[in-house]
Amino acid sequence: MAMIGTSVRRVEDNRRLRGIARYVADIERPGMLHAAIFRSQHAHARLIRVDVARARAMPGVVAVITFEDIKTVKPIPMRLEPSEDLYRALQRPLANDRLRYVGEPIAVVVADTRYLAEDALEVIDIEIEELEVHVDARSAIKPGAEPIHPGVARNIAHRFVVETGNVEHALADADALLEEEFYIQRHSAVPLETRGLVAEYDEGRKLLTVWGPTKVVHFNHGVLASLLDMPPSGIRMIEVEVGGGFGVRGEFYPEDYLIPFLARMLRRPVRWIEDRNEHLKAANHSREQWHRLRVGYSQDGRIVAFDDHLLNVMGGYIRTHGATLPTMTAAYMPGPYKLDNYRCDAHCVLVNKTPAGTYRGPGRFGASFVRERALDIIARRLRMDPAEIRLRNFIPSELMPYTTGTSAFDTPTVYDSGDYAKQLKQALEKFEYDKHKHWCSEQRRAGRAVGIGIGCFVEKTGGGPWEYARVEIDLSGEIIVYSGAADVGQGIETVLSQIVADTLPTDIESIRVVHGDTAVVPFGVGSFGSRSTVVAGNAALRAAQDVKDQLLALAATALQADIGDLGFENNHIVVRGRIGSAISYAELAALTEPSSARALGVKPGISAEAIFHVDRMVFPYGVHLALVEVDQKTGFIKIPKYLIAFDVGRAVNPMLVKGQIVGGFAQGLGGALLEEFAYDSSGQLLSGSFMDYLLPSCAEVPEVEVLLTEDAPSPLNPLGVKGAGEGGTVAVGATLANAVCDAFDGLVNIRQLPLTPELVLGAAHEARKARAELR
Amino acid sequence: MTTGHAITIEINGLTYRGEVEPRRLLCDFIREDLGLYGTHVGCEHGVCGVCTILWDGEPIRSCLVFAVQANGGRLSTVEGMATSATELHPIQQAFTETHALQCGFCTPGFLMTLQALLSRNSHPSTDEIRDSLSGVLCRCTGYHNILAAAELAASRLSTK
Repeated sequence: MAMIGTSVRRVEDNRRLRGIARYVADIERPGMLHAAIFRSQHAHARLIRVDVARARAMPGVVAVITFEDIKTVKPIPMRLEPSEDLYRALQRPLANDRLRYVGEPIAVVVADTRYLAEDALEVIDIEIEELEVHVDARSAIKPGAEPIHPGVARNIAHRFVVETGNVEHALADADALLEEEFYIQRHSAVPLETRGLVAEYDEGRKLLTVWGPTKVVHFNHGVLASLLDMPPSGIRMIEVEVGGGFGVRGEFYPEDYLIPFLARMLRRPVRWIEDRNEHLKAANHSREQWHRLRVGYSQDGRIVAFDDHLLNVMGGYIRTHGATLPTMTAAYMPGPYKLDNYRCDAHCVLVNKTPAGTYRGPGRFGASFVRERALDIIARRLRMDPAEIRLRNFIPSELMPYTTGTSAFDTPTVYDSGDYAKQLKQALEKFEYDKHKHWCSEQRRAGRAVGIGIGCFVEKTGGGPWEYARVEIDLSGEIIVYSGAADVGQGIETVLSQIVADTLPTDIESIRVVHGDTAVVPFGVGSFGSRSTVVAGNAALRAAQDVKDQLLALAATALQADIGDLGFENNHIVVRGRIGSAISYAELAALTEPSSARALGVKPGISAEAIFHVDRMVFPYGVHLALVEVDQKTGFIKIPKYLIAFDVGRAVNPMLVKGQIVGGFAQGLGGALLEEFAYDSSGQLLSGSFMDYLLPSCAEVPEVEVLLTEDAPSPLNPLGVKGAGEGGTVAVGATLANAVCDAFDGLVNIRQLPLTPELVLGAAHEARKARAELR
Repeated sequence: MTTGHAITIEINGLTYRGEVEPRRLLCDFIREDLGLYGTHVGCEHGVCGVCTILWDGEPIRSCLVFAVQANGGRLSTVEGMATSATELHPIQQAFTETHALQCGFCTPGFLMTLQALLSRNSHPSTDEIRDSLSGVLCRCTGYHNILAAAELAASRLSTK
């Protein structure tokens, strides 16, 4: 059976269903201590004194550390999109003389139990002097605003401009101009497992072992070695089960230094498990951005100039993502449209909130909202169907591969393949767009607020620079795949098993996939930005093909046959047409045991390594369509119909791709309707619990129809695959906002997310007023 | 230093004895003192439902109960669900067939909640399933497949 393209059940499921999968909080070590972190309750203050004497004397407390204990440590470096000026705002693992957000680590207590460690947090005293707090990026950048970091004038840590064509000229020449402002609220991934780490130091062998890293294990391995001033060979990082990542988990955070540091200092294992309130204020936030837009368009609905002034709201520090968020927003704003004159003036703004990083669809969730809202507003002005204006502006498929003129991660944006118009038409047909549109207008005439929204997007996936794989067959004939990818719940073990079993036929349940262990996987980039199937998948394919050649050569010798006559059956190689001739993987592996390998003149063991290098990223694309009804008394949005069309090239496992799309949709829905890290004016986080930070439950997530098209396999990799992780998420805010505006006949203009009942009620009120004026 | 209270709890048919501080949470006792790590903890304030276990067959949030309160109780956790080392419980089986889990962190909470629902109502309506499961949060799946798994398990269990 062909494994690629088949919806096989996941190999990860059995252990997770039985409750025997081990997550980081399940790791116990002999003599293990427990850490708890004392965090700032002040958004912006001078830190004058930290008094931990009483905490040190508390029962069960083994150690308490503050900045004084780690003062020579370097700041945590940037992993992506670094820039010289951002170095001024990097974070050290513990606060020194200034506090810059609520949740910033100030001290760590280590005690016999977590309960005792948390008790000791209560008696730590600090002395501070309050400073002016910036929660609104628009005021933080005013001339004369108190800088959060010395030397960062107007709190603009970094600014860059992207431009293609000539925007000013094109704006001046345009038939008409749209000027608008948009805001995307601060929210984030919020996986159901909070972060955590276990670290242990073997003093005799000078070996530090860390359980709990994920996403970019090898990069973090290098960072930890550098910050602890240890050779990388003295640190082993081990990824265990991960309870959801979505971009946030697995970056190098202050705790990723503090816990290993403490284990080495105390010569005892230390475990730290974040609590939920901590997670909401300490793990990366994301998404918050302000856009000021000028769009020039022609009377026939063509966008001739697109000018975006972007404030990307970071936080109190710059973390590992550097300028990734504004870079991606700026690079991918054009989406599926041919924008010959495009500019983004992007600013990384520091405010007194939790630092920001990537979250599923970084840059694209906001960019889609802004771009798709703008298109709808223009269509409305021109009395043009929203689908029609999109069709008029799409990049025609004849122009593929298409260079947009922007770039990110030192890679020019070149869309590899796609037929955007074809997909939109397919989606409209499946959605029965015309019928529902007609129905909506009728119902609106009868007083109901029903409407349709469209959101089109292009996704960026399969980022580089490379990924590593090694495929081995052990002496029992079992296939082992070593990968530089990480398992954040997405099913990468299944996907890699499918890809390898397609080349080396075997029961996929019998394949062992090893990842995230720096002692046995020498290289790795990791799992983020919908890259694993593309890069780890193609690396595994290449290594498996090499192993296949090795097996065939051995079998030809053993069976005294021509390679051309050999074929694969489950776990065996057979000579075609010769009955009874079969040799198993185990028997072939036995031939490579060192003594017999020497006799045969072959290398010992069956094993192959491969690196898949990425020169250009791959760009899947999609359409979201929503039918909504707004309750004009409560502001509640009902979604009776939602469709997502997504082309991921070739789907290795369609069931898993659909799982990614629907799961991604639910997160997008949270971002569109519910989730917000709200702050008061003093910089206190108001949504620090699950009573206030609202994740969608199954009562909120509607039915979603998925149209998985496979029209445009990527020409850039042998599998033809593109990444599937983020397309379900990125257009939900845009689509629902457009649908709600349509539900009010376009008489209202939604400029921000989330679409809370208050906001929607305000829109309903605005629409009533506008209708009264029209009469 | 602990003012220990001796407690006895039956979990998945086995009797466990332990000594706990009054403030020790039931989820911590089950996980750390007994080593039954299959029960996960997602929020520690009773919202996410991930730590759901059964007490006399009824779902409870083990992060909202002190271990001492469960003294003498009869509990079930995810470890007790599967029929054997090779066979899954029909609810677990439905979960893998419908791809109702990704990272698996919330899964024990859903499995326990569903087990309770299906044991008292062998023919739940879609609304009843949705209502019952709305107390457990999942961040990966978007719930569609969890609801499908619930329907599948319900249909199989009711025809048994």
